Amino acid sequence: MDFGFILASAAGELFSPTTAAYALAALGLAVHFGYSGLLNFGQAGFMAVGAYGFAISTLSFGAPFFVGLLIAVICSVLFALVLGIPTLRLRADYLAIVTIAAAEIIRYVVTTNQLTSVTGSANGLAAFEGGFYSMNPFPEGDYLGMNNRDFFIRVIGWGLAVICCVIIWLLMRSPWGRVLKGIREDENAVRSLGKNVYAYKMQALVIGGVLGALAGMVFTLPRGAVQPANYGTELTFFLWTCLLLGGMATVLGPVIGAMIFWVVLSLTQGILYGLIESGAVTWLTTVQAGQLRYILVGVALMLLMIFRPQGVFGNKKELAFA
Amino acid sequence: MGAIAAATVAILLVAAPASLAATPSPTPSPSNQQFQNNISGFLRDDARAPIQGVKITAKNGDFTGTATSSANGAWNIGVPSQGTYEVQLDESTLPQGIKLAAGQANPRSITFSQTSNVSVIFAFGKGIVVQQQDFGQNLLNRLVAGVSFGLLLALASVGLSLIFGTTGLTNFAHGEMVTLGAVLVFVFNAMNLPFWLAILLALLGGGLFGYAQDAGLWRPLRRRGTGLVPMMIVSIGLALAIRYVIQFYFGGATQQLPFAQSAEIQIGPVSISPNNLWSLVISAIVIGLIGIVLLKTRLGKATRAVADNPALAAASGIDVDSVIRLVWIVGGVLASLGGILWAYYRPGVTFDMGSQILLLIFAGVTLGGLGTVFGALIGSVIVGIFVELTTVFGLAADLKYVGALFIMIVVLLFRPQGILGRRERVG
Repeated sequence: MDFGFILASAAGELFSPTTAAYALAALGLAVHFGYSGLLNFGQAGFMAVGAYGFAISTLSFGAPFFVGLLIAVICSVLFALVLGIPTLRLRADYLAIVTIAAAEIIRYVVTTNQLTSVTGSANGLAAFEGGFYSMNPFPEGDYLGMNNRDFFIRVIGWGLAVICCVIIWLLMRSPWGRVLKGIREDENAVRSLGKNVYAYKMQALVIGGVLGALAGMVFTLPRGAVQPANYGTELTFFLWTCLLLGGMATVLGPVIGAMIFWVVLSLTQGILYGLIESGAVTWLTTVQAGQLRYILVGVALMLLMIFRPQGVFGNKKELAFA
Repeated sequence: MGAIAAATVAILLVAAPASLAATPSPTPSPSNQQFQNNISGFLRDDARAPIQGVKITAKNGDFTGTATSSANGAWNIGVPSQGTYEVQLDESTLPQGIKLAAGQANPRSITFSQTSNVSVIFAFGKGIVVQQQDFGQNLLNRLVAGVSFGLLLALASVGLSLIFGTTGLTNFAHGEMVTLGAVLVFVFNAMNLPFWLAILLALLGGGLFGYAQDAGLWRPLRRRGTGLVPMMIVSIGLALAIRYVIQFYFGGATQQLPFAQSAEIQIGPVSISPNNLWSLVISAIVIGLIGIVLLKTRLGKATRAVADNPALAAASGIDVDSVIRLVWIVGGVLASLGGILWAYYRPGVTFDMGSQILLLIFAGVTLGGLGTVFGALIGSVIVGIFVELTTVFGLAADLKYVGALFIMIVVLLFRPQGILGRRERVG
């Protein structure tokens, strides 16, 4: 077994664009749940809205990159409003069920054969990333062992993640953020102070949703394709695992959580595959090894929630539930 | 310090491309080497005798799959993804004297999504004319199918609703309890146990699983005073873990339970498959029994009391813990039964069959009113009928779940307590 290679793969996951996308989306969840106490189980839906909003506006309407980006963001804002209006006045578990249902509705709609000409149905869409890569300022060559495209998407993905982290950090230490945390702690107390709780919750839902949409774009650009199967409920649950790993009411928590998530997944895959290839493990096939990792994700989610709900970095006093 | 950080980043970035080249970045859904999707069917001539050795191909873009019908006429083509396929029966391989019936398109285009299995029927011989159903006929058939589907949803919903009512837990792992029932029947049947025993053992297994879940996980969590939201997230972790444990042992393919293939029979104006009819009758009887137990017995009264107000129930001498334990066992058995019936309704057993209908179960429960047992029943039947009827009124078959989920959201907008829920502040 080549440990050097396994470690290198795991380290590569640290800064992969997918990790950046997970970090962004989990940061959105932190705004929703960690700071505002909103149970959003539909973050995959927000990611799908971002990815499809961008891909469809580029492919169907020939929109330039930044127009596509703007349309994706606007779509996610609308999606947040549509979700928030009926549910933000209701109990937390209602929001959970409605968001997960809405995310699935999005997935069914982009999968249906009726809209194949627009969404590409189950096969999805591809070849919409040209506008993005044409802006690549890096000439061809070797950048730390990557080609200029791989390097560019990493710079943009992580640049975006850093910018969003700073913005959220600034927002959360502003008076606005303090009201939000107040809502998380005791909604009625904040209401009695004359704050419009509903409006604050809606704003938080929109901001987290926009982060989700941006994550969806960072997720699809390096793949060069957007496929509905990637946006199932599992994606949302993985994002929750990232969030809970890092700490839900922190800015850096979701980012570190996403890194831990992907490094551990890559390490377990490398080690399991290595053991299988070397013949040390015969009771597993490589397919089963893949499934074993997701079993571990589920178990990790349970154990985290039970024994360390504040995550690696979180503060136990800052939990959205006491 | 900055230099060290930069160097570390550089090293890590250098490492990146090597990994990308060798191992494709894992995607959320685990890949499977076997195809998870199947196009299949049975070839039978007009005398219902199986036709063997006929070659059938399915094509979509670059992909071409072939199959030859077996001794019992069955054929099955594994395909990589759901979508539109051109299915062609090679007429030169048909035995002498057998021809496709008039009006049978060959090749024909088959479209499927959201089900992993689609069956294609080729009719043979002269006498068979494919029936063109009129709208009223179709409506009636779908309505009956919808009631059948709704009642099997209700089996799972009633358990979920009872659990929610007594413990406040929104259990996302309920879908896996549904899957377990069907998978257990398949496993016991594969062990050559008699069919009735396989079903009995599967129901028993479902009840045991419900009991084990409560005893091993939820009761300790309740003792710790864990909040409802953390418990909900724990149930998500549990759902993921169980789903992939089932896939680990069961694999990604679709399997069939015994007697899954059956021709439709005509009862009065309605044509229905015997399996659906059985499903309808069984679930109606079981739900009736549950209703009687809840309304007429001391135990049912105690359950309703706990669901209404656990503290008050405890104060009036009801053993809340034993009621909750019982609710979990009954919920497990009902979910298993729902899963078995769902396996016949789809038809097929897969590792994710329960999570496919989890949201419909939620929709039924929310529609009826969270925590009300009879609400869950009514809500589920409405969801079932709605899912089936929307296809009659022109909604594409692959969007039929969307309608039900959409209705749930709309109902929450105007009557958040659901149809039977009591008016109370829910926010």
